[in-house]
Amino acid sequence: MTQTMTTPVEPEDALTQPFPAVGRRPGVKRRNKNDRIPLWLSVIAVVVAVYFVIPTLFVIPMSFSEARTFVFPPVGFTLDLYRDFFTPSPNASTSWIGSLGNSVLVALLTTIVATTLGTAAALGLDRLTGRLGGFARTLLMLPLVAPSIVIAVDVYMMFLQWRLVGTLQGYVLAHSVIALPFVLVSVTAALSSFDRGLLRAAAALGASPTRAFITVTMPLISRGILTGAIFAFVTSFDEVVVALFIRSPQFQTLPVLMYNSVTAEIDPTLSAASSLIVVVVTMVFLLPQIFGFVRRHRKAKK
Amino acid sequence: MTNGKPARTSQANWLFLVPALALLAVILLIPLFVSFWLSISSPTFTLDNYISLFTDGITMTVLLRTAYTALIVTVVAFVIGYPYAYVMTRVGPGMRGLLLTIVLIPFWTSSLARNFGWLIILQDGGVLQQIAAFFGIDDFVLYGTTPGVIVAMSQVMLPFMVLPLFSALGGIDRRLLLAAQGLGSSPVKAFWKIYWPLSRAGVVSGLILVYTLSLGFYVTPALVGSRQQSQISQLLGQRMTELLDFAGGGALGTLILVITLLLVAWANRFGGSYTALGAVAGRASPTPAIIEGARER
Amino acid sequence: MTSIDTRADVHDVTRRQAGTRITLTDVTKDFGLDAPAVDSISLTIEPGEFMTFLGPSGSGKTTTLNLIAGFEELTAGRITLDSGDVSRLPPHKRNLGMLFQNYALFPHLTVAQNVAYPLRERRVPKDEIRRRVADVLELVQLTGRDGNLPRQLSGGQQQRVALARAIVFSPRALLLDEPLGALDRNLRGALQLEIRRIHREVGATFVFVTHDQEEAMNLSDRIALFNQGRLEQVGVPEALYDRPETLFAARFLGDSNVFPLGTGVAAGVAGWEGERWSIVPDTISPRVLRDSEAAMVVRPEAVCVGRSRDDVPVGMNATSARVRDIEYQGSYRTLVLDLGAAGLPGRARIDAQASEFALGDSIVAWWRPERQRIVAV
Repeated sequence: MTQTMTTPVEPEDALTQPFPAVGRRPGVKRRNKNDRIPLWLSVIAVVVAVYFVIPTLFVIPMSFSEARTFVFPPVGFTLDLYRDFFTPSPNASTSWIGSLGNSVLVALLTTIVATTLGTAAALGLDRLTGRLGGFARTLLMLPLVAPSIVIAVDVYMMFLQWRLVGTLQGYVLAHSVIALPFVLVSVTAALSSFDRGLLRAAAALGASPTRAFITVTMPLISRGILTGAIFAFVTSFDEVVVALFIRSPQFQTLPVLMYNSVTAEIDPTLSAASSLIVVVVTMVFLLPQIFGFVRRHRKAKK
Repeated sequence: MTNGKPARTSQANWLFLVPALALLAVILLIPLFVSFWLSISSPTFTLDNYISLFTDGITMTVLLRTAYTALIVTVVAFVIGYPYAYVMTRVGPGMRGLLLTIVLIPFWTSSLARNFGWLIILQDGGVLQQIAAFFGIDDFVLYGTTPGVIVAMSQVMLPFMVLPLFSALGGIDRRLLLAAQGLGSSPVKAFWKIYWPLSRAGVVSGLILVYTLSLGFYVTPALVGSRQQSQISQLLGQRMTELLDFAGGGALGTLILVITLLLVAWANRFGGSYTALGAVAGRASPTPAIIEGARER
Repeated sequence: MTSIDTRADVHDVTRRQAGTRITLTDVTKDFGLDAPAVDSISLTIEPGEFMTFLGPSGSGKTTTLNLIAGFEELTAGRITLDSGDVSRLPPHKRNLGMLFQNYALFPHLTVAQNVAYPLRERRVPKDEIRRRVADVLELVQLTGRDGNLPRQLSGGQQQRVALARAIVFSPRALLLDEPLGALDRNLRGALQLEIRRIHREVGATFVFVTHDQEEAMNLSDRIALFNQGRLEQVGVPEALYDRPETLFAARFLGDSNVFPLGTGVAAGVAGWEGERWSIVPDTISPRVLRDSEAAMVVRPEAVCVGRSRDDVPVGMNATSARVRDIEYQGSYRTLVLDLGAAGLPGRARIDAQASEFALGDSIVAWWRPERQRIVAV
């Protein structure tokens, strides 16, 4: 489990241990009378859980509606909206499938840039423990802290000067800066659980520092890098605020089109787009869970 | 003990950082700086742009409205999120994973999709109005109003509240509560006197995180709100892109940025081992837990 | 320059091979604190020798080992392996095997891959690698484990994998940095035997760091005792135990009864609290000079006890004592004593069956002058 999840709060009584980490048994499994969750609390939890999911639940039925507005409950049943979504049009950017392609392209390139730069930065910062290093790290986290609207308008202003508005390069550059902190956090977490003594062992065994890096460090942090890359992709794919401001009629990403289909011109295809994204992402999410579930059962069978 | 030498030299380390720092400098720092520079130097060296923020009659109103909205959103998200996070600490690993997934999926699926969902619910003729009409309340308008924005944003912000809360609450030893009850406290009292104070640091971080995010939030107000009752983010957007008032917009943007940074820095003090920045960055980390957890089992 | 083991140089790992002579000349390492961590140490470790660096934490023994390995840079001095000066050579070129306390096995590689790692870095051909890995795993008695990952093995097994990995490329010297510290007592004993056996079979020079004096005495050909960055005494275990030259050495290895004697101690007679003791010249440490502060140390097993002065044979050195506590150690008992009028803490070993002494008894402790030792303080 990653560090952020298991950071304990100092209990005021120094004699007790902090609560065991997520995912493992939460202390006493025996359900004595005082230990059970009160019913009202369970009900609240369920209500809140539903509340989390509600908006997305409304979107999916909408995607089958025959109406050309967002009227709810949906009217009729048709797959037209999905068909519209996948229909290309001469101006690639104004079609849904075109903007999806743009989003995927931008996200892929952003992933490459952000993962490379972010991993390098994490490796560099790993050895720099001084105040300057801490300052550099804080700076690199700035995109997470600064409100995206401020970033969006300022970047837009400069991109006007640099003629980067509505260009693929512009999108990739802007999204890379935004995605970088995610990669940095991920790789840093992987590095922190990395045993430095292994590099000494590698040297004692005859590996030069470069070889040690390739054969020992990289394999062991590869999971962190992969996680960072996934984050970079999703961040870029879903990014809407900056994308809104640096777009042009020639180049738009999917979130921009989705936004416009509410504010500019009502386009019910939005429901299909939203549903698709929700379902796909949920699948991506649940797959590792299902995978782990199956593997657990297979192990139990042995 | 130092690392196995010869390690990378200090210069080499900085070399690793240069690309990332360069990208950051060009794409983020320069725009922020230029925006600031314009705000104090246009048309001449002056603080007028900042002063006019306070005197133009709109900015302050909107800012106050935003601060108020963010406050309500934070409180609502907290009241809803705390019990949920607490339950998450109490259940077994399987259920916890499920509850966590429920939190994370909306978090990672398109925020536009969620806001669209709220649009459907809140719009004129939408679900909420239909339900209200059923109860005899006509003219129940939420779409395009600040209350509407609050309702939608509270839900959108929930994951940001639950995740830091869960992390903080997970670190509290529940046996302390049992000990307190064994010593004579009623369950309620044990909660107030033991559990609540211990959760405070994480709570504060979560609160500040959500508040800060809500202040600068754009998507929900833009989609579900209106121009008449706009939030500060919408105002900034208008100034910069419609009015092309880079100086005034620069001033407003700088102001919002400074306020945000101050809040985060202030939250840092409460942090100890858990800072608001960590919470913000924590957006990035909880999900690996799921992926890793699934893989390792 | 020590060359990397090439194909032409291949030995069977199990066959005896000559070890390296390691020479430290005025080796110093300063971290910029009050005193240097290693202060001008000169030492020659003979080829094939099992040398132990012994000392308390912070005495410089681990730093010295790291200097030999190349993980630290010399502030001053020189280190040579055989005749080659390696002072400036980076660690991955020194061709020394190393064992760490936390094993440092690569978690993402199997046992076989771990052991093969140094051979792959030296571009040894594949079938050669397979053979040598199998040989060395047999040497450490872990055949059949090659497919396992480190986390599937116990602590003792992991350390044996680490050992295999450290010797598979036939280094001429093996550096061991408190490798048994993480193991429990029984396991430690078993692995000590293993290490000694492998040392005999492989024949390389072993440099072993520990703070455990029993371990040191058990394993070593010679012991180098470290104290605050300096070498206190170097010699075979018997020399350090029976003939310590300083009070530190006497105290660090084994228990001691210590009688401060002040300055000007010479052969003949010395006085302590009114007692007159004979000093045999042979028992005076060469470090004791005319004006040095000196002390007399007597091992508990050399001390006999009796009820009164009448029980003391002629020619013995004796002092009065009071029984403070009686410890039972199974095969013997220890009387914890207050020696002399001042009540100096002392210990005497007596027969396990002896039962004539009780707490609070006033007794007489005595010993043969030949068994005592005059050391520098």
